Amino acid sequence: MFDISPTEWTAIQLSLRVATVATLVATPLGIAVAWLLARRDFWGKSVADALIHLPLVLPPVVTGYLLLLTFGRRGLVGAWLADHLGIVFAFRWTGAALACGIMSFPLLVRPIRLSIEAVDRRLEQAAGALGAEPWRVFLTITFPLALPGVLAGMVLGFAKAIGEFGATITFVSNIPGETQTISSAIYSLIQTPDGDTAALRLVVVSTIIAMSALVASEWFARRATQRLHGN
Amino acid sequence: MLRVDVSKQLGEFSLHATFASEGRVTGLFGASGAGKTSLINMIAGLLRPDRGVIAIDGETLDDTTTNLHVPAHRRRIGYVFQDARLFPHLDVRENLDYGRRMNRLAEDPASRARVTDLLDIGSLLDRRPGRLSGGERQRVALGRALLSQPRLLLLDEPLGSLDEERKVEILPYLVRLRDEAGIPMVYVSHDAGEMRQLVTQVVMLRRGQVIAFGGTEVLPAVVSS
Repeated sequence: MFDISPTEWTAIQLSLRVATVATLVATPLGIAVAWLLARRDFWGKSVADALIHLPLVLPPVVTGYLLLLTFGRRGLVGAWLADHLGIVFAFRWTGAALACGIMSFPLLVRPIRLSIEAVDRRLEQAAGALGAEPWRVFLTITFPLALPGVLAGMVLGFAKAIGEFGATITFVSNIPGETQTISSAIYSLIQTPDGDTAALRLVVVSTIIAMSALVASEWFARRATQRLHGN
Repeated sequence: MLRVDVSKQLGEFSLHATFASEGRVTGLFGASGAGKTSLINMIAGLLRPDRGVIAIDGETLDDTTTNLHVPAHRRRIGYVFQDARLFPHLDVRENLDYGRRMNRLAEDPASRARVTDLLDIGSLLDRRPGRLSGGERQRVALGRALLSQPRLLLLDEPLGSLDEERKVEILPYLVRLRDEAGIPMVYVSHDAGEMRQLVTQVVMLRRGQVIAFGGTEVLPAVVSS
C-alpha cells in the first residue's frame, strides 16, 4: 500500500514544484495588492477587489479556458510572450504554475490584507514623524508587524495551489512528467481499472500536505496576535 | 521661533489659529475638543491645513498659497504622543535608535547615554514595550523623539494617559528636558497645573479659536485639591 511508484513520485514532485513556484511568484504581487487594498483609496478599487476574487467564484474550467484563450500559443498574451521572450505556458508545467497562482491568489491576498489592516496606522504615523519615508515605514513597521499574516497567506495559497485541478487540467492538460500534478494523477487513476490503491495513496499524501498547511497557518495566526501585543 | 496661521475644516468643526511664539516651551491649552491635537498634527505635518502658513525658524513648512507642504518625515520635528506609540516588535534599544537610523545619522553613543541617563531608561533597553509600565513607555517615547535630533519637540498630553502618581513621576523629567535638552517644545495639555510648571508661553484655545496668548498668567487659576 505504501509503495509509491515512480509515476506517483513524479506527480508529487511536480505538484510541489508547481505550488512552490506559484506561491513564490505570487507573494510579492500579493503583498503589493494587499497593501493597496488595505491602505489606499483609488478609483475602481471595488472592481479590482472583485477581479481578484473572481477565480474563487468562477467555475475553475472557465478560468482555465480563459487562461487558454489568453496565454495559449495563439492567445493574445501567449503569442506575444512566445515570439518575443520565448516564454511558453501552454501544456507546460509553467502553465500549471500560472493557473495555480491565479486560482490561489485570492486566498493568498486575504490574510495579508487583513494583517496589514490590523497594523495600527498610528504606529506608521509615529515612524513618519521620526523621519522614515513611506517605503521605509512599510519595510520597518508595517511589513514586520504583518509578517505572520503574510506567512499565513503563503501557506493557504500553497495549499490551494497543491490541490488545484479544474483550471490546471483545462489549461495545460494532464501530461505525465510535465503537467500531471497529484490531483490530475488521482483523476487518471480512478478512471483506470485497478487504479484504486494508487489513487488512495495520493489521496493520503494530499491530505497530509493540506493538513500541515492548515496547522502551519493556524500557528502563524497565533504568532501574529502575540507580536501585536508586544511580548 | 514657531509661526502658525492656519484654518482647517474638520466636519462640523472649524479651526482657526494664529500665533507666533519665541518661547522655549509653548503651551497649547484648552479643553478636549478645542482643537489642540488637530493643531499639533498640522505642525507635525500629519494633517494638511486648508489655508495658511506654518514656519519654524524662518523655514516655511506649509504655505497653501504656494501649495507647499513638507511631508512629516522631512520636517525634523519630534512627536511624543499621548499613547506613546512605541513599536511593539522592537525592543527599547531599537525603538530609541529608530529615528537615528531613519534620518541616516551617524551612531552617537554619547548622546544616547545622555538621553538614557536623563530619562533613567538605561535598565529597560532590552525589554519589549509590552513589558513596560505606562510611565516607562512614555519616558522611552520621549527618548526616542529626542534621539531623532529634532529641531522642535511636540508633546501631545504626554501625561494624559497616566494616573496621578505616574504624572508626578514623569513631570520632573519634562522639566529636566526643558532645562537641559535645549530643544524648543510645544506642550499640549488641558491641565493648568502641569502647564504652569512647564511652559513659558501659552496659547489658549477654545472651540477651534485662539482666545488668549501670553505668559502663564493667562492660565485660569487652579484650585489645588
